[in-house]
Amino acid sequence: MTEIALPTYKPKDFASDQDVRWCPGCGDYAVLTAMKKMAANLGVKREDFVFVSGIGCAARFPYYMDTYGAHTVHGRAPAFATGVKIANPDLEVFLISGDGDLLSIGGNHTMHALRRNININIVLLNNKIYGLTKGQYSPTSEVGKVTKSTPFGSLDEPINPITLALASGGTYVARSLDVDVKGLTPLIDRGAKHNGTSFIEVYQDCNVFNHQAWFYATQKETRLENTVLLEHGKPLIFGAESNKGIRRNGDAVEVVTLGDEFTEADLLVHDETNLSQAFTLSQLYYPDFPEPIGVFYVDGSRPSYDDQLHSQVDAVVEKNGEADLQAIITGSNTWTVE
Amino acid sequence: MTATKSPPESNLNPSPDPEAKVLPSVSVRFCGDSGDGMQLTGSHFTDAVALAGNDFATAPDFPAEIRAPRGTTFGVSGYQVQFSSNEIHTPGDLVNAMVAMNPAGFKTNLEYVEPGGIVIVNEDEFNKSNFKKCGYEEGYNPLDDEVINAKYKICRVPMSRLTRESLASEDSDISVKDIDRCRNMFALGIVSWLYSREIDSTIDKLQNYFGKLKNKPEIADLNEKAIKAGYYFGETAEFFPSQYEVAPAKLKAGEYRRISGNEAIVLGLVTAATKVGKPVVYASYPITPASDVLHGLARLKQFGIRTMQAEDEIAAVMIAIGASFAGQIGVTGTSGPGLALKSEAIGLAVMMELPLVVVNVQRAGPSTGMPTKTEQSDLLQTMFGRPGECPVIVVAASSPGNCFHMAIEAVRLSMRAMCPVIFLSEGGLGNAAEPWLIPDISEIPTIDVKHAEVTEEEFLPYKRDAETGARPWAIPGTPGLEHRVGGLEKQDGTGDVSYDHENHALMTRYRAEKITKLQDVIPDLEVEGKGDTLVLGWGGTRGSILTAATMLQERGINVATAHLHYINPFPKNLGEVLGNYKKVIMPEMNTGQLRMLLRSQFLIDIEGIQNLCGRSFFVEELADSIEAILKGGAV
Repeated sequence: MTEIALPTYKPKDFASDQDVRWCPGCGDYAVLTAMKKMAANLGVKREDFVFVSGIGCAARFPYYMDTYGAHTVHGRAPAFATGVKIANPDLEVFLISGDGDLLSIGGNHTMHALRRNININIVLLNNKIYGLTKGQYSPTSEVGKVTKSTPFGSLDEPINPITLALASGGTYVARSLDVDVKGLTPLIDRGAKHNGTSFIEVYQDCNVFNHQAWFYATQKETRLENTVLLEHGKPLIFGAESNKGIRRNGDAVEVVTLGDEFTEADLLVHDETNLSQAFTLSQLYYPDFPEPIGVFYVDGSRPSYDDQLHSQVDAVVEKNGEADLQAIITGSNTWTVE
Repeated sequence: MTATKSPPESNLNPSPDPEAKVLPSVSVRFCGDSGDGMQLTGSHFTDAVALAGNDFATAPDFPAEIRAPRGTTFGVSGYQVQFSSNEIHTPGDLVNAMVAMNPAGFKTNLEYVEPGGIVIVNEDEFNKSNFKKCGYEEGYNPLDDEVINAKYKICRVPMSRLTRESLASEDSDISVKDIDRCRNMFALGIVSWLYSREIDSTIDKLQNYFGKLKNKPEIADLNEKAIKAGYYFGETAEFFPSQYEVAPAKLKAGEYRRISGNEAIVLGLVTAATKVGKPVVYASYPITPASDVLHGLARLKQFGIRTMQAEDEIAAVMIAIGASFAGQIGVTGTSGPGLALKSEAIGLAVMMELPLVVVNVQRAGPSTGMPTKTEQSDLLQTMFGRPGECPVIVVAASSPGNCFHMAIEAVRLSMRAMCPVIFLSEGGLGNAAEPWLIPDISEIPTIDVKHAEVTEEEFLPYKRDAETGARPWAIPGTPGLEHRVGGLEKQDGTGDVSYDHENHALMTRYRAEKITKLQDVIPDLEVEGKGDTLVLGWGGTRGSILTAATMLQERGINVATAHLHYINPFPKNLGEVLGNYKKVIMPEMNTGQLRMLLRSQFLIDIEGIQNLCGRSFFVEELADSIEAILKGGAV
């Protein structure tokens, strides 16, 4: 068999002919840029990409990628993507949607995609607001959020996408920032190469209805103080001066300043294979803690759902032999009328 | 009364008593507690009547409760079978004989026995405690009730005791519980003798199942002894007025098997997959009475069938649509409440213009309704239960065996028009069984499916085929045909998102027209019989209508009958057929849903006969209703 060389792609080869209609300044643009960069270099043919989405601003994403794409119904994109993937496991399936779509109306499907470990890639653009319907609070909005639908403040405790993904059995769970194309691109790339569901939460700014919601984490001036980069095998150090760290103290973790009392050796070392530590890290919130960015958890040992489904089919074929349709139709209990 | 404790080993191949009374048709109902194995008993008896060459039709009647408290009326499970020397289409209205394994079964099923009918009861279970459980007044024993005894021939058989006595053995440590479980086979033995049906093949099956598959030869032997004991009890007890015989039916020659509607859907979908040359992806969420389709397909992986038990009804249909988008045959199955949940997604498939088959095995509703009971009340939901102008193809099966053919038709039409099909079955078809002339698969035509290919012209994902009106189906993985689809309105041709007013009007018409175009490739409506009245039906009422028409003929009333298997689109000649009759009558198991559609489309009056009981029409009632309309209405 001859290997057919992959075409050499540039990011712009993945741009469709459609005008991008997100609001100027929307964080989604940066994610689109990162996605095109990743796609050009992933080593997958353009025709093998399928971009799937639900409903919401982020869900317009497939229209802007010159690949196969499906803009489906609200919340149900994980199920559609699952259908695509089990029909043809050779396809590289991406699911791009927002916090309302994947955590509210589609929370159930997100959970089940993760626990099955279907080999798709979920990118959740979290802007903590409903943008397309013009500004109601979302399942990730903070308590007390004043919006059109909650003039006296929202009462619902927000859901944490990373904690949910870990609890659902996610095998690749990561977080990134819309402003950080350089950091986001390799996270998506690694997720795409992961055999199983990859789940990436992106802090994304809705500059119309929830502007600056993430600025503490995304802006140059505050980012180093309020986020901590997760790097496997490295201690959790952060701060503009790289002088702060996270230390385990009993069952809890605490922020410490490096100096006389604590040194790097006292700090928590990130282990992306450690699920309980990943849970702990997912529960760190600004302003008490820096919020972790990067890969929280990876488990490469669990087989993907689609692999298992197809090997089960193969095993049955091997065991039962070639399919004999007439024999199945006839069954084992017949009689003859003369 | 004597019981043969050790039946002689000879005479196991009983030939009917020459004195046996020959009947054209017999219907029998087995009922008892849901733990009494009544479905199995009925099923074995059905196999025996099939082997004897009778035509038959069965109907299970089981509770939704898996194991309701023993002895209660809501825990009663029943199985009715009619077998005949003629062609028959229904399990019969009132039965000629009934077996009641306990008072609760007796109490709830006696109304289904014809006056003068035989009722065989397990007398041992007719005790104070069981009377109380099923709500008989204290001190009352229905077996002693003079009115009941005047109306029916009650045969009191101490089945529990006789089974124990027959099966007890000194050198064995078989438990009483195991022995008691064989009472149903004792009952089957009695009925087999009564209707001159051989028990050898049932014994073979029991030996095969318990002895070989379950590796419990001692249980197999117990069951064998029990059925023989029951048989010889029937023979020696001189209990019954006569032994009966039903001659073989004159069915079309060939090899037959028994098939239920749900089994037929499974086989139809597998056949369709082979005929299309694509795998079926069947995603479903368990729901009565459609789950058996999932169970059946899950076992057929060697045909490349991929089944998924989805997290909910919506996921199931979305997985199927995703599979269709990826180029395979996406199918989902459900019942009415599930169809409601799937409606938005079905609309998505209508907009994406992708093939999709949605099997709806209807049950009696609304809401949870009566899950184990049958009805045809989802028709209007099927036609219109989606936002917007959202037409889908609708087909409906008319018998258990017909489900096979209509499942293949559903796939064929869906692929041709690039449009979802809702395939209506009914609980009454899904679980009922009938003899099925096994089709020769090589005679079923292939289903041609074209996929879009790269040409010199620009690829337009919504450019329609002139003949079918369908858009091209371009499969992910095909270089050069990358495109996006979605639920937003599409620009004609390019498929780009469009809010153009005129375009929306055009696309709305296109989506309906491609369904109408299917009239060219579906059969015309055929009419059977003559008369100036047409009795028109659809779905599972066919058997009742045909039988009622025969009954009316015997009363000197001739009606023509016709049955709709295609509801959207209707057969091309439907309007013409309707115009040929002075009167059109439509029996339906709903409040008149198809009648409403026909009246609005064809502007003719149609008289309806409505059955809202959650069970099939009683043929005699139906015949009476038709006769009443004909006598009452001036034509």
